[in-house]
Amino acid sequence: MSGIGAAFLNSLDIGLLLFVIAVGLNIVFGVLNVINFAHGALYMLGAYLAYSLINLLGMPFWVALIVAPLVVAAVAVLIDRLVLRFIYQRDVADSLLLTFALLLIINESVRSLWGSGIHVVEPPALLQGTVHVFGASYPTYSLFVIVVGLVLLAGLWFLFNRTRAGKIMRAAALDREMAEALCINTKRVVTGVFAFGAWLAAIGGVVAAPMRAIDPGMGDKIIIESFIVVVIGGLGSFPGALIGALVLGLIHGFGGRYLPGINMLLPFVGMALILLIKPTGIMGKGAGV
Amino acid sequence: MKNAILMAVFVVVLAGLVLLPWFTPYFYIFIATEILIMGLFAASFNLIFGYTGMLSFGHAAFFGIGSYATAMLLLHLQWPLVYCLIASVVFGALLALVIGFLSVRLNEVYFAMLTLAFGMMVFSIAHQWRSVTNGSDGIAGFTVGEFGLGLPLTLGNPAVYYHVVLVIVVLASALLYLIGRSSFGMILQAIRQNAERVSFCGLNVRAYRLAAFTIGGGFAGLAGGLMAPFLRVASPEMLHWSTSAEPVLMSILGGTGYFLGPFVGSAIFILLETWITSITHAWMLVLGIVLALMVMFFRRGVLGTFLDWWQERQR
Repeated sequence: MSGIGAAFLNSLDIGLLLFVIAVGLNIVFGVLNVINFAHGALYMLGAYLAYSLINLLGMPFWVALIVAPLVVAAVAVLIDRLVLRFIYQRDVADSLLLTFALLLIINESVRSLWGSGIHVVEPPALLQGTVHVFGASYPTYSLFVIVVGLVLLAGLWFLFNRTRAGKIMRAAALDREMAEALCINTKRVVTGVFAFGAWLAAIGGVVAAPMRAIDPGMGDKIIIESFIVVVIGGLGSFPGALIGALVLGLIHGFGGRYLPGINMLLPFVGMALILLIKPTGIMGKGAGV
Repeated sequence: MKNAILMAVFVVVLAGLVLLPWFTPYFYIFIATEILIMGLFAASFNLIFGYTGMLSFGHAAFFGIGSYATAMLLLHLQWPLVYCLIASVVFGALLALVIGFLSVRLNEVYFAMLTLAFGMMVFSIAHQWRSVTNGSDGIAGFTVGEFGLGLPLTLGNPAVYYHVVLVIVVLASALLYLIGRSSFGMILQAIRQNAERVSFCGLNVRAYRLAAFTIGGGFAGLAGGLMAPFLRVASPEMLHWSTSAEPVLMSILGGTGYFLGPFVGSAIFILLETWITSITHAWMLVLGIVLALMVMFFRRGVLGTFLDWWQERQR
C-alpha cells in the first residue's frame, strides 16, 4: 500500500511540474499559433539563473524563485521584439524553424556560459528532509512542488476565467482580427503572452532545480516530455495540458517503480496509443488533415 | 539560353567532382565525401519538406538506423557493402513507414512535434539498449571488405571510397529528381500548395504524404549507410536531434525550392563547419544564428536567391 501511495505522490509532483511547463507551451500556441521549440531551453535558462543567483550571489532560494523567471520573461520580450516579429505574417513552418534556431542558440549559449558539467542547487532549509505520508517517508521538497503546481493551476484558472487580462488573451486566441477590431492592442498581447509562457517555463526550471540535475541536456528532455503532454492532452487545451501532464506523471511514477526496464519507452508508447485511438489528443479537436 | 548555361555549369561541376582525387590532397577528398553524403541526406529531407511541405525534425532517425544497419551487418555478418546499403534503405524506409503512419495524419505543428519526439525515442533506444547497440560507444571496429557485384574495389582507399560515394549519390539523386518530376512528385507539390484542393480532387492526401515520408526515409537510410564506413563508426549522435537539424539547415541554406538546393547547402554547411570549428567550439551557436537569419531574411536560400535574381535579370 505504501508503495502505491509513494508512487502516486511521485506521479503527482512530476505531473504538476510538467503541467506548469506544458501549459505555457499551450498558451503561447493558443495566441501566437506558434509551437515554441525553445520552451525547454527557457526552462533550462530559469534553472541555470537560479543556480547562479543562489550559489554564486548567495541569494535565498525564494528570491531566486521570483527573480529568475522575471529575467527569463525579459529575455522572451527581447526574442519576440527582435526575432519573432519578422515571421508572424508568414507560414507556420517559418515559425517552427525560427524557434528551433532559438533552441540551438540558447542551448549552446548556456553550454558556453556555464559549462557542460552538472550543477546542484540545495533546497531551502525549510524544505529539506522528509515527511511521512501514507505511512511512507517522502521528501518535503516534492510536496512543495505539488503545492506550487496546485497554486499555479488555481491561479491560471482564475486568470483565464475571472480577470480582464485573461479574457483578452482568450479573445486574441479565438480571433485575433476580431480582437483588434474591439480596440485590443494585439501586438502587445502577443509579446505579453510570449513572455508569460517563458515566465511559466522558468518557474518550472527554478522549482525543478533542487530536485533534478542541472545540465545542458535538461531542456531537451523537458521539451520532449512537454510535446508528449500536449499530444496526449490535445494541443491548445488548458484542461488537456493538465490531463496530459497527470497521465505522463502516472506513467513515470508507476512505470519507474514497476517496469524499470522499459520505463523510458513508456511515454512514447502512451503517445502512440493516443495517436492511434484519438489523434488530436484527449481534449483536442480539429487538427487532422 | 539560361538552361544551357545551367547545364554547362552542372556538367563542369560534375566533371570536377569526378577528377577531384587527382588534384587535391586527402583532406579535401574527405570533405567532398562528407558533402556528397550529407547532400543526399538533405535532399531526402527536402522531398518531405520542400516538395510535400512537411517539416520533419526527426529525419536523423532514418539516417541513423541506416548507419547502424550497415555497421552491424559489416561487423557481424561481413556482408559485401552493396547489400548492407540495400538493407540500410529498407530499414530507413520501414522506420519512416511506422513513424509516418502515426504522424502524417495531423497538421504541420503536430507533425513537427511528433517527428522530433519519435526521433528522440529512437535515439534513447540506441543509447540505452546496450546489448544490441553498444550504448554511447556505438558500433565500431568493423572492416569494410568487398563492394559486391563482382567489382574489384579497395574500399579502404579514401579516393576509391569517394568515387563509390559519388556514383551512388549521383544515381540516388537522379532517382530522387525523377520522383520529384513524376506525376507522383507533382501531386506532392500540389499537396504543399493546397492539401485541401488535392483531397477535393479525390486523392488520398494522407497516403501520398506517408509515401513521400517513407521514400525520404529510405534515401536518408542510404545516406546513413554510406556514412558508417566513412566515419568507421555508427554512434547515437547520428540519431540525435542536432543531426536532424543539419538537413533542415542545409535545405534552408541552399534553398528548398530547387532540387539542387540541399546539395549547395550541404557544401556551404560543411565548408563553414570545417572553418568555424577550427576557431571556436560553439559551432551549434553559429548554426542557430545562421538558421535564424536565413529564415528571417533569406528564406529562398543561397541558390534560390541567386536563381531568382538571375531569372529577374533575364526578363
